[in-house]
Amino acid sequence: MLDFSIAAAADALRARKFSARELTQAHLDAIATLNPTLNAYITVTPERAIAAADAADAALAAGTAGPLAGIPLAIKDLFCTAGVRTTAASRILGTFVPPYESTVTANLLRNGAVFLGKANLDEFAMGSSNMTSAHGPVTNPWRRAGDDAALVPGGSSGGSAAAVAGHLAMGATATDTGGSIRQPASFCGIAGIKPTYGRCSRWGIVAFASSLDQAGPVARSVEDCAILLGSMAGFDPKDSTSVDVAVPDFRAACARGVKGMRIGIPREYRPDSLPAEIAALWDQGISWLRDAGAQIVDVSLPHTRYGLATYYIVAPAEASSNLARYDGVRFGARVDGQDLIDLYERTRAAGFGDEVKRRIMIGTYVLSAGYYDAYYLRAQKVRALILRDFTEAFAKVDALLTPTAPSAAFAQGDKPTDPVRMYLNDVFTVPASMAGIPGMSVPAGLDASGLPLGLQVLGKHFDEASVFAVCAELERAAGFVAKPALRA
Amino acid sequence: MSYTIEGSTGTWEIVVGLEVHAQVISNSKLFSGAATAFGAAPNSQVSFVDAAFPGMLPVINQECVAQAVRTGLGLNARINLWSRFDRKNYFYADLPAGYQISQFAHPIIGTGEIEIELADGSTRTIGVTRLHLEQDAGKSLHDQDPSRSFIDLNRAGVALMEIVSEPDIRTPEEAGAYLRKLRTILRYLGTCDGNMEEGSMRADVNVSVRHAGEEFRTRCEVKNVNSIRFVMQAIEAEAKRQVELWESGGEVRQETRLYDPGRGETRSMRSKEDAHDYRYFPDPDLPPLIIEQAWVEELRAGLPELPDAKRARLMRQYGLPAYDAGVLVAEQAIADFYETVAAGRDGRLAGNWVTGDLFAALNRTGKDIATSPVSAQALGGLLDLMADGTINGRIAKEVFEAMVETGGAAADIVEAKGLRQVTDTGAIDEAVAQVLAAHADKLAEYRAGKDKLFGFFVGQVMKAMAGKGNPALVNETLKKHLG
Repeated sequence: MLDFSIAAAADALRARKFSARELTQAHLDAIATLNPTLNAYITVTPERAIAAADAADAALAAGTAGPLAGIPLAIKDLFCTAGVRTTAASRILGTFVPPYESTVTANLLRNGAVFLGKANLDEFAMGSSNMTSAHGPVTNPWRRAGDDAALVPGGSSGGSAAAVAGHLAMGATATDTGGSIRQPASFCGIAGIKPTYGRCSRWGIVAFASSLDQAGPVARSVEDCAILLGSMAGFDPKDSTSVDVAVPDFRAACARGVKGMRIGIPREYRPDSLPAEIAALWDQGISWLRDAGAQIVDVSLPHTRYGLATYYIVAPAEASSNLARYDGVRFGARVDGQDLIDLYERTRAAGFGDEVKRRIMIGTYVLSAGYYDAYYLRAQKVRALILRDFTEAFAKVDALLTPTAPSAAFAQGDKPTDPVRMYLNDVFTVPASMAGIPGMSVPAGLDASGLPLGLQVLGKHFDEASVFAVCAELERAAGFVAKPALRA
Repeated sequence: MSYTIEGSTGTWEIVVGLEVHAQVISNSKLFSGAATAFGAAPNSQVSFVDAAFPGMLPVINQECVAQAVRTGLGLNARINLWSRFDRKNYFYADLPAGYQISQFAHPIIGTGEIEIELADGSTRTIGVTRLHLEQDAGKSLHDQDPSRSFIDLNRAGVALMEIVSEPDIRTPEEAGAYLRKLRTILRYLGTCDGNMEEGSMRADVNVSVRHAGEEFRTRCEVKNVNSIRFVMQAIEAEAKRQVELWESGGEVRQETRLYDPGRGETRSMRSKEDAHDYRYFPDPDLPPLIIEQAWVEELRAGLPELPDAKRARLMRQYGLPAYDAGVLVAEQAIADFYETVAAGRDGRLAGNWVTGDLFAALNRTGKDIATSPVSAQALGGLLDLMADGTINGRIAKEVFEAMVETGGAAADIVEAKGLRQVTDTGAIDEAVAQVLAAHADKLAEYRAGKDKLFGFFVGQVMKAMAGKGNPALVNETLKKHLG
């Protein structure tokens, strides 16, 4: 039962081969067994899950079930969930229990999904390793061949990715600001899509960098991602940056194939330092698409090399402002002080971890008088150039193919001490975030030590359908069947 | 009217610019659906957006935008079809998000102007630099508990228009006239109630002094002055302080000050060095605000007649002097009252009655135009009785006082009290004869050339007739008898 895809499980539930309650209970059992090792969940909500499963069973029996009825999911603990503690993996939120449900999770609930609990993440989604969580690091279910070292699942949606890879959920919600869906998907051997900025509502998601944050799903197949995104997406008048466009049938797009599509290969994504096995996998992906009838086109995205630097100005700038509300006054943790300023300082000193503090300081610096023009304003101009690069490339091609990350998962003990080296994990994912275009990672192969590697497909604004078509083709060609060492 | 300060180094003029925060009249806040009514129980009108809970997002309230555009049109200002919201970042307990959403770089309204009228009858045009929309903060209550402060977020997120003037103001009187005129325009438009006591209109006053012909010198900002009178006093006090500082060899430092009405002086709140670095940047939660010219025109078509236009029309249509017209248009309700009285009647006379007897009666009874004991229709009825000769002007005053007291109609009071004017020439002849007989001595003096006594006889005749004599007939009859 735990090996089922969402698509297959939905059919099995409708055929009454097993009940939603059985499926949910199996996942809760798996969580009880494996979560102490993986730490993929911060909060597990068995009673709520069982109640939701029972409701799904009733709806299935009555013929009123929604498309996700009885499907057990993990919810990244950045989504506010009514009545369930929401932490953003930070101490500063304390025991905060939102009285409201985020639009994206409300959409999933409306379609019958069962929430198993809240998935671990980097604190406030800031990180590429899940090492910055106040609730401890997440362990990647994968192991290197012949090596028992615990590996990172990537970040920031590391809990979501590990839960799905380890069969502790059939799918999960995640968010991506600079690669936080795609990089952990790649590290954990699963699929994950960051849709177009504006495709999913940000309402009710704890904000990191508002102009970049976007919700999306991770799941074990491209089609499962398509099913989940179809439920999550849609215009929301409560989010002024959400866009009122129709949500197409993403699942149908998965079967479309790539015959006649033009696939761009951006030359700037192949620096000399690119590890050979990453380059080889990329070449393999190019061959698969060519063999499936796509036309391969070399393209240039000349401002790619500025992407990372620009991102690490824009995202911390917005974060420094977005995180000002965590002040100990109205909700969350408070450390009392002599006066108001003292209360702020003590609360924030105790409540935020090092990486969050670092980004608040960077963001405050780049927005401060005298530095704004040199940093923030210039970053916005470069951002416009990055977008123009993509716009020009998409005049020639339908989608782009790149590696997702410059490496496979690294060991928790190998955590780079230099933050800039950590930031390099995002080098291939950040430009799409800056441009607001959709990007998806699909598992395509293994590295020499048997760890999964992903390929990334980027598409035009609101053309997730083409991204799904290409990723589904890669998935078929790759025939990726390897399984992680730790799984239920 | 010039206003200068004579110092030991010469004559100083003052330079003043005003930043007015006007609370927008709207049912809900600028970026949330929470209500905005004044005087509600603390924290009873707060949405999760206003309290800046995690994941909450602002959504612009179109009515607030419409109000800003209406105000811009009322100030003859440029309407910016493209504007943008920025975040102004600073920490304070009554600012839940840690930033105020405001329009720093790209306001919705550009340059406009306000024409002010001064006591000597002259007018001046004061430039408006800009108007932008922003959120109000909540309220910190420091007097509820010895060791703690309480926060009321009812006001947090309420829409404000910040209206910034050019440094065109040169006298305290002009500052007062500017604020009164601005308030009148806002009230006509229905975009702000202009109530300074409740804080729905507040002024920051920028003051500097200079010798004539000099460049501007350093200015100080006197924050949050909450009455027109205090604004005028604060300007005087601050200008005097600056002149004394300059003349004693000191230097005015740019700083934020507060006005203390009790002491009649300003005091430093924070210096420029302590000023916040607000780290303004475009709010990424809000796309640029784009409005259509067609919508602006729709709003323009729906605007009421504004004070300047109304004043010109009243002068033209009713023959009112400029001063009276200016007084009447200060409030829309007064102008409406006046026009009801004046319709089909003598406009000048109607003006005199409204600005004279009616205003005096309102003052005396502590009422305003909306609660006036004499309605516009009733006052019109009184004027009609004068016009058709039923009563004379003198009796009219008496009837009016009775109307104020009883709320009755003029005609009823005239009937009940028997105040109808006497036009019967026989009765007048009789009264004249009696008076002349009773004052033979005065008659002799008159005949000896003391013409001034004519008025005395008129008075005596009117008195004998209990004031009801038709003044023209009384005059005529007297002249005949005095031959």
